[in-house]
Amino acid sequence: MTHALQIQNLAVTYEKQPVLEGVNFNIPEGTLTGIIGPNGAGKSTLIKAILHLIPRLSGDVTVYGKPYKKQRSLIGYVPQRSEVDWDFPTNALDVVLMGRYGHIGWIKRPGKKEVNFAYECLDKVGMKDFAHRQISQLSGGQQQRVFLARALAQDSQIYFMDEPFAGVDAATEKAIMKLLQEWKQQGKTVLVVHHDLQTVRDYFDHCLLLNKTPIECGPTETVFTLNNLEKTYGGAISFLGNGPALVQEG
Amino acid sequence: MENMLELLTNANTQWVLLGALILGFASGLIGSFVLLKKQSLIGDAMAHATLPGVCMAYLIFGVKSIPLFLLGAACTGLLATYFIQAIVKHSRIKTDASIGVVLSVFFGLGIVLLTYISKNTTGDKSGLDDFIFGQAAAMVKGDIQVIAVGSLLIILISSLFFKELKISIFDPLFAKGIGLPVGLFNGILMGLVVGIVVVGIQMVGVVLIAALLITPPLAARYWTDQLGHMSFLSGIIGAISGVVGTLISTTGEGLPTGPLIVLCASAIFLISLLLGTRKGLITKVVKQA
Amino acid sequence: MSYDAWIILTGCLVGITCGMTGALLILRKMAMLADAISHTVLLGIVLAFFVTQSLNGLPMLIGAAIVGVLTAVMVQALDSSGVQSDAAIGVVFTSLFALGVVLISFVGDSVHLDVNHALMGEIAFIPWDTLMINGVSYGPTAVWMLGGVFLLNLLLILVFYKEIKISTFDSAMAISIGVPVVFIHYMLMTMVSFSTVASFDSVGAILVVAMLIVPGATAYLLTDGFGMMIILSAAIGALSSLLGYGMSIVFDVSISGSMAVSTGILFAAAFMLSPKHGMVAKWIRRKKMQQEQEQKASA
Repeated sequence: MTHALQIQNLAVTYEKQPVLEGVNFNIPEGTLTGIIGPNGAGKSTLIKAILHLIPRLSGDVTVYGKPYKKQRSLIGYVPQRSEVDWDFPTNALDVVLMGRYGHIGWIKRPGKKEVNFAYECLDKVGMKDFAHRQISQLSGGQQQRVFLARALAQDSQIYFMDEPFAGVDAATEKAIMKLLQEWKQQGKTVLVVHHDLQTVRDYFDHCLLLNKTPIECGPTETVFTLNNLEKTYGGAISFLGNGPALVQEG
Repeated sequence: MENMLELLTNANTQWVLLGALILGFASGLIGSFVLLKKQSLIGDAMAHATLPGVCMAYLIFGVKSIPLFLLGAACTGLLATYFIQAIVKHSRIKTDASIGVVLSVFFGLGIVLLTYISKNTTGDKSGLDDFIFGQAAAMVKGDIQVIAVGSLLIILISSLFFKELKISIFDPLFAKGIGLPVGLFNGILMGLVVGIVVVGIQMVGVVLIAALLITPPLAARYWTDQLGHMSFLSGIIGAISGVVGTLISTTGEGLPTGPLIVLCASAIFLISLLLGTRKGLITKVVKQA
Repeated sequence: MSYDAWIILTGCLVGITCGMTGALLILRKMAMLADAISHTVLLGIVLAFFVTQSLNGLPMLIGAAIVGVLTAVMVQALDSSGVQSDAAIGVVFTSLFALGVVLISFVGDSVHLDVNHALMGEIAFIPWDTLMINGVSYGPTAVWMLGGVFLLNLLLILVFYKEIKISTFDSAMAISIGVPVVFIHYMLMTMVSFSTVASFDSVGAILVVAMLIVPGATAYLLTDGFGMMIILSAAIGALSSLLGYGMSIVFDVSISGSMAVSTGILFAAAFMLSPKHGMVAKWIRRKKMQQEQEQKASA
């Protein structure tokens, strides 16, 4: 199996406090990986560090066997919804078009072809009717779908998604999962920062358990165990129904 | 009325009006970006900070030369922005306090240098005071050419990089992710702001030039939800304010140009606030009824 | 008292009055609102002049207080209608200030009220403008006005110390225990307006802004105590005045400008040298940490 992503010796510090250290893991091609860990474990930071959005203390990122900087065009990124100002004067279509900026190049404007492609992407997430809606007038779930459509428009090989399920409705959650499965079938690789332990088994075939440093990384079957979760969360975990739930200690 | 006609046919007035028009458009245009980047007050601090630059240029070179003045203004304007960011980065002081500290200290320094110049140097030093509130009536063709060329350049750059500036402001993380040098575009925007402040201070003055960056886009926001339309409309509002304000100021002796341009923009803002089609206060009430 | 002593006393009173009010503004993250108010009170002064046709102290205080509070109200209103707060401040203060400047240009030359005066003040004339009652001179008017505002501010801070502290630190909690947070807010805005207008005549808008913001920010770098910060800020304000006055004598330049620059010098000193938050202290701490780590690594 080819490794879509290889991380070697990645470390991030903030004001001399280590946020991430000793991060080494490989992600096989065509997998759906959930990045799981408690609050403050550095999940978002990990994605940002991989994508060179924040300074790293050390670490090499290899994408399909080549350094990250050479493979940038293969990578799609869906930031947390809260990272942007939704009052910004722009509409859904325009946000999706931003996904094409990397392909269009500097200065040039998106043409007819790009616009049509953006409409297609919106259609795929069920948002075509909202193309000209101001983004602040979309619900949380609809905003997330617009971000998803933008990721589609990027047409990447490997996607990083930061908490796409946070604060969305059930329909959007389903739509996201459908898209993720589709990507998987197309051989694309997806890494998702995820909070809800209940759904991990259903959603992801791979898991990265993280708390400042990777606890375990591998197929969900073997990695997502009570023992490993306890190590990650540092607290008692009990299984409720078909998935584990976190029981806070003290 | 006859006075007005006479004024309008005066060649110098025509030049000044043209300058006000282009300057207003350029500042309104990039003001949209500044507003959305939430840096309106940094523009204000930068503008105040240009005063010591102008004075230092006069002290160092000993001549009244507009290009040298503007060069000095650009230097201290950029220095002020750097200080604001450095103070926030390296101490517990928050952005608004940092802006206040830099603004008042730089402007105080400007006043000190102004008084130093008036007491300790010989030669023609009239006109330095005009940088505080601007004096369009005192401007000549050469000054206008500086404004026009500078403003056109600013309009050109911001139109060329419209797409890149937009995404760097809206979603800087995503922009970095697709390999866009967001830091560079932040720098370009900062450079454009310094540019507009520097070419505009002669006409509007250092105290109020920031209003030209803040008020027109704020007014435009009440009419549209599209950044493209907004920045164009903002430019138009800036241009109208520039022309109308300058016209009024040329009708009376001693009427300061800068404040009048700002008041025109404020009036347009007030109208937009009430009647704007997007979320004007009256429009909202009518829609609900 | 000698001529110089009056000027120094005036400067110190400005520094203390603005300094202690400013410390509160820094903590409440309202520095730029103070900047806005110190510009817009010009409009209040001009309007008071148009109404009374004189440059009398009391109507000006009232006019300035009204416009000052109006500024805060307008910024608040725009803010809650969806305009981002920095732009709201920007549009309100430039509009009202521009209006003030334009109105001033209609005031005749015979009246001692012009734009340069409003910006830079004329502290050098303070000692001659004395308070005369029944033909007896009781010292400069500005000193009386500043002294009065200083005592008022001091009284308000002492009386409402607890309330100001809690509403600054945690306004949600303050509301829940029944502290009149809105009243405290506008009381502070009134204090800022009063301080501004009392200082305006002597030192001008620019130094008022400097004295309201910079000493408070400097004190914030030096202490973590709430009460201590207010005291320090007032002391730094007074010290800046002394330093500035000395500078202006040496270089023969604007007194108020020099005082503004002095606040900057003291701020820069605190920024570099503050025992806890200064750059040098941070640098030393970082070096120590690195050494410790190296020792750990080698051990």
